[in-house]
Amino acid sequence: MKRLIAGAAMALTGLTGAAMAEDYPERPIMMMVSYGAGGATDFQARIVTMTSGNEDALGMPIAIINKPGAGGRVGWNWFATQADPDGYTLGAYNVPHFIAQSIKGGVEYSTDSFEPIANWGADPAVFVVGADSEFNSMDDVVAYAKENPGKLTVSGAGLFVGHHIAALQIDKAAGTKMAYIPTKGGGAAAMKAVIAGEVMGGINNLSDAFRAQEAGNVKILGVADLERNTFLPDVPTMMEQGLDVDNSSVNFRGVMVPKGTPPEVIEKLAATVPEMFANSRVSKKMEAGGSPMHIMTRDEVIEMWAQRQQTLNELLAGL
Amino acid sequence: MEFIYYFGDVFTPMSFLLLLGGTIGGLILGATPGLSPTMAVALLIPFTFQLEAAQGLILLGAAYTSTVAGGAVSAILLKIPGAPANIATTLDGHTMAQKGEGARALQLSFLASAVGGIFGVLLLIFLTPVLAQWALAFGPSHLFWLAILGVTVIGTLDSASVVKGLLSGCIGLWLATIGFDDIMGAQRFIFHPALGGGINIIAALIGLFAIPQVLTMFAKGRHNSGAEVIEVQRHSILAAFRELFSRTRALSIGTLTGSIIGLIPGVGGQIAGLVAYDQTKKFSSEKDKFGTGHSEGVIAAESANNAMVGPSLVPLLTLSIPGSPTAAVLLGGLLIHGIFPGSDLFDNHPDVAWTFINSMLIGQVLMCIFGLYVAGLAARVAQVPQSVMAAIVLALSVFGAYSVQGSMGDVYVMACLGIGMFFLERLGFSAAPLVLGLILGPIAEANFIQGGMIADATVGKASYFMTGGLNLFLIAVVLASIAYSVWMELRSRCYTTKEEAQA
Repeated sequence: MKRLIAGAAMALTGLTGAAMAEDYPERPIMMMVSYGAGGATDFQARIVTMTSGNEDALGMPIAIINKPGAGGRVGWNWFATQADPDGYTLGAYNVPHFIAQSIKGGVEYSTDSFEPIANWGADPAVFVVGADSEFNSMDDVVAYAKENPGKLTVSGAGLFVGHHIAALQIDKAAGTKMAYIPTKGGGAAAMKAVIAGEVMGGINNLSDAFRAQEAGNVKILGVADLERNTFLPDVPTMMEQGLDVDNSSVNFRGVMVPKGTPPEVIEKLAATVPEMFANSRVSKKMEAGGSPMHIMTRDEVIEMWAQRQQTLNELLAGL
Repeated sequence: MEFIYYFGDVFTPMSFLLLLGGTIGGLILGATPGLSPTMAVALLIPFTFQLEAAQGLILLGAAYTSTVAGGAVSAILLKIPGAPANIATTLDGHTMAQKGEGARALQLSFLASAVGGIFGVLLLIFLTPVLAQWALAFGPSHLFWLAILGVTVIGTLDSASVVKGLLSGCIGLWLATIGFDDIMGAQRFIFHPALGGGINIIAALIGLFAIPQVLTMFAKGRHNSGAEVIEVQRHSILAAFRELFSRTRALSIGTLTGSIIGLIPGVGGQIAGLVAYDQTKKFSSEKDKFGTGHSEGVIAAESANNAMVGPSLVPLLTLSIPGSPTAAVLLGGLLIHGIFPGSDLFDNHPDVAWTFINSMLIGQVLMCIFGLYVAGLAARVAQVPQSVMAAIVLALSVFGAYSVQGSMGDVYVMACLGIGMFFLERLGFSAAPLVLGLILGPIAEANFIQGGMIADATVGKASYFMTGGLNLFLIAVVLASIAYSVWMELRSRCYTTKEEAQA
């Protein structure tokens, strides 16, 4: 019986292998998101893939499968070890999360396990404080942190995610030591801690912080990116405020496939997917949801991954 | 009273059709094992892409309310709780169904759901600003004590003895540590990649409740050819109404507990039903009947889990913070239409906000009507011969566990836990305390670690966890709860020895 199943499976893979190069994709595609339904990554993944069934895109719909757990490790472990490299299993990546996790160890993936296809979004980390906080700029924050080492509590979505990286970079740039408080339940729980006054400040996603500021709950003091963001033209970057913090903590989101996927398939995806992201229906929905878009091609993403790998290696070496 | 002004919008043909569709679809999705309310709402999000904002939310709101109630169907008839919210419903509901009173149990559960649900939504309408402050008041230290309070309930919940209840609670707490720890990323007890994400709560629920049931049915089938047909008693809806309102204590404790607990971000929905069940049992004059098919148990559990729906949306609608996984999915549904929850929602899009809230109110009523209709039909499930039933439940269990995140790993976890639980039940342990441990473990742990980190940076652990009005109040309740359990245990021991002496 076992042999029969194995035989059938082999015959099947043989068939798909032969047909693939020509008319990929010929059936619906699955995309794995390693965060739960309703999270920012899931939400954006659903929007950017909604036009994939169009004739000028892939011509086949993309279905989202959620494999949440352990800050994304469960999903990416699965993607690196169990996903079929046949082009019908795509995955969503979050940089710097998965790179930082692979540096800290305990997972079965690294940048070498995946082939990037294209990037759709970039959500910078921002520094937020409660609406009634005494801090009004990063200078105030740094001054307080210098006077009270280890006493300035700052919430974020977990260890070795963009928020944590940003906190480490601020510490390194200013020579301070803040008490970084990782929360369970992602950015929403970290934001709640700031609004409720459980912590003195927080590092959060620009998109979530923007909403919280609109609702009058928080003040945004600085953006950890190279340039000011179009959503927040009045908020200065960290660099403008004299802190040497680059865009290493920016949460890049995009599509990848497992290593071993046929090159023709990667080529086809790399050519079509950025176009699909550029669809005006997609950008309209993304903008309405307050999610900053940043489309990058496969080559640009490969370069960005390599860069991140290097910065994070240096930053996390001392921890 | 602004909400009355927008009532008309719910009854436009398109909106009402969506409301109807969402409610019926939600009931069916909710009754399907493995499809939790969060999943059901997430599945519907793509459909709202094409709709207007208010219409999309009507669909989601209706689906949310009715999936929570729909979970009672599989909990009562098959002993498979569709979501953590329905665990407490199985305790008495399924025993009632086994006695042929499935129709009565379902009718009571839908009526209680509607009462609780409407109360919850009314709270959302009238007290949102006040409640928002409450929701924020619960910091890590308070959530930690709240979880500990839940742990103290474990001993008294559905168990022959406090010691066995505590033991199975401990097994649950241990199971909860499996996987990557969410805060520090440490790996614990991961012997197989399928365990990396920890034990999935839905898969565990199905395994712990349904599988022992299936095994027992198979075991019985051998002896008496499995043709043990239960006579299904018809039960009039009017009688169910009368019974519901004669059980005001269970109904009010359930509704209030559900509303209060539902408000607390991150804890609410999962334990509302269980805590309400336990509280009702403690205050009831017929304590011994609980677990043997007592209607108060069903009423308390179901009124609580639907009462939680309204308040659970308070943090989302006012502060833009999703307090539960389902609220997070609803946030996505709002954002996709460019609407930011918070003051923006009520000031600039009152039509959307109030139509959404109103639709949940009407949805509760529709859910109740359809639920009552279904109750009469569905109760006949009990007439299916046991051996056939066992096969059906087994198939649904596998399907349910697999569908949570499309992974066979969850099916193996379900099977292992189920087989383990089958033997534990033989020894007098029960599944409810175990599940409670599984749910509370991570909440207690994460909040202790997080609170501890904040405390170390500020005032120190002792004063962070032990001072402040809310902390002291919660500690007092914890102590009272422990004292009550000890007292009950001692008293029951006295009784047994007396009876034994007389015999």
